[in-house]
Parts: sequence; structure tokens; C-alpha cells
Amino acid sequence: MAQAFILHDQQFQRMKSVIGRLCVECAARAVFLVDRDGQTIAVHGEIGDMDMTSFASLAAGNVAATHSMAKLIGENAFPSVVHEGERESIFISVIGRSLLVVVFDERSTLGLVKIRAKKASYEVASILDDAANDSKAFSIAQDSVFADISDDDIDSLFA
Amino acid sequence: MTFINYASREINCKIVYYGPGLCGKTTNLQHIYDSTAQEAKGKLISLATETDRTLFFDFMPLELGTVRGFKTRFHLYTVPGQVYYDASRKLILKGVDGVVFVADSQEERMDANIESLYNLEENLQTQGYDLMKLPYVLQLNKRDLPNVIPMEDLAYELRKKDEPVFEAVASTGTGVFDTLKGVAKQVLTELRKS
Repeated sequence: MAQAFILHDQQFQRMKSVIGRLCVECAARAVFLVDRDGQTIAVHGEIGDMDMTSFASLAAGNVAATHSMAKLIGENAFPSVVHEGERESIFISVIGRSLLVVVFDERSTLGLVKIRAKKASYEVASILDDAANDSKAFSIAQDSVFADISDDDIDSLFA
Repeated sequence: MTFINYASREINCKIVYYGPGLCGKTTNLQHIYDSTAQEAKGKLISLATETDRTLFFDFMPLELGTVRGFKTRFHLYTVPGQVYYDASRKLILKGVDGVVFVADSQEERMDANIESLYNLEENLQTQGYDLMKLPYVLQLNKRDLPNVIPMEDLAYELRKKDEPVFEAVASTGTGVFDTLKGVAKQVLTELRKS
């Protein structure tokens, strides 16, 4: 199995702070950080009863599909994807293995979102690099939490 | 890729159901969805054609419970089985932690099973995975139909390594949770080795 991606508390808090600031600065409804496999990493904003898990997997599928379309027309990648609706819009910026997703409405503009998201993306990239480096150096097996998982523990999940 | 969030104490894993067209991948997910308590599951998302054939993927998140203080979340995906959706299949395999190959037990679908299994190996390779090293189970589905190949013969043809083999009738739920448990167990066991 591929190396797991591990996010520690300090990196998670830094990430939440960056996306929280971005959400305010660009007057967005919500900001998500999602990995390219569709797992939600961090969220900030007006979530309400939005199904975040489904949203994250669909955002990842969306970017994966447009990335492949880019290749087919000779582009290396589309660094961002925009969907503009009548009231709600979505801006997705690809940052390495992650996606910065901004959901915004008429309180903001695409131009503002793009500028602020670009600025935040450097900080996000730096935190993700730290997490990726830590993940490589960190052996889960050293952590007794995982090394001690027994067959009984696993069986109990299906009891 | 397994995502472990120490801050929220969560383990997130991705499992993909693979197999030829109409073998019952979506039916597996549908049964898991229908049989799971509301609080343990999210929505079942199906990106399907007008005739209910999977176009891109089906997806459902499933929370199984807590292991050593960590919530375990499995994201279950299916791929479109039809041959011409190969580009979509490749995308869905990205970041996979475990694979269920759903084989159609009917005699006339044997060639389709073999072709799909070959396609799985090839697509995994292009994503940098080796089927021989990945958590993997084989499900022999549609065992209730009259024209099925005997289990031993089918397993002999389709087994790639020492993976667990499960007989199933996904439409009634037989074998569906055993299959899921088989792959989930391997994925969690892999965490010890990481």
C-alpha cells in the first residue's frame, strides 16, 4: 500500500487558520481543502447541511476528469476549474495533491476569489509539503496505536 | 492513499469495486447502503446514464466504528464496467487502498471477467500500484443463477494470488458484507506495516 498521508494536529490547525482567513478575505460562503482522492482535509465557512463528504469526492472526480481532458488536448493540466451558477459558484485551485475549493455567491466575485486563493495557495502548499515530509519520515508502525491493532479490533467493527 | 488525521483522530481509506459491465458492483454498494444505519453512512452518489449504467462512479462513505480511538471511514467507489469507459476507471483507481473484483459467475461472462481483470492489473500499473501487493479480494457474484461456472473452476481461472474468495448474490445481499469485511480487514492490517 502507498505511504499514508498523515496530518498532525499542529499542521491541521495551521491549515484551518489559512482557509479561515481566505474565507473572510474573499467573502466566500465556504472554503474546503480536499485531497485529490476525494478526502476532506479541512473546512471553514457556512456549511449548513451540505454533504461535505459527497462534495469532496465529486470535486476530486471533477478535477480528475478535467485533468485528463487537458492531456487529451495537449495541455499539461488545468491549474484551476470554475463553475459559475446563477447564485452560487465554485472555484477550485489545484495545489499539488490537494484542491483548494472556494464556494461563493453574489457577496463576492470570481476575480477576488482568484487573487486571494492564489495568495493562500502558497501557504497551503507549504503546510502540505511539511505534512508530506513528516508522513514519509513517520512510521505508523512506531505508533503503538496502529501497531497494536488486533484481528479482534477489526472484527469488532463488523460485529 | 490512506489519510490519517491525528487532529480529528480519523482514518480514511478508499476501496474500489471493479469488474465487467453488469457484474453487480453498484448492487453491492446499494445493498451496503440499504443495510447500514443512517448515522454510519453518507449519501450514495451515482453518476449514471439515463439507463442507470454507471457513467463515472458510484460513491458512498461508510463509517465502521472506532479502532484504538480512531474513527474508521471507508470511501467505497465503483467503476463503470463498460469497456469504453476506461479513462474513468483509471481515474477512480487513483489513491486506492483496497480493491474488490466482482466477477460475474455466468458462463457467458467468463471472457468479460478475464478481460476486466487484465484491465484492472494494467490500470493499477499505470497508477503505480501492483495488484500482487495491494489489499484485494475476489467476489464471485450471481451464484443464484442457473448457468454459473462451479466456484472452484471460476476461482482457479480468476484468482491472482492468495486473495480471499467470496460467493455472493449481491441482489439479496448474500456475501456482500463478508466481501467488504475481507477487504477492509486487509486495508487496516496494512496500517500496521506502514
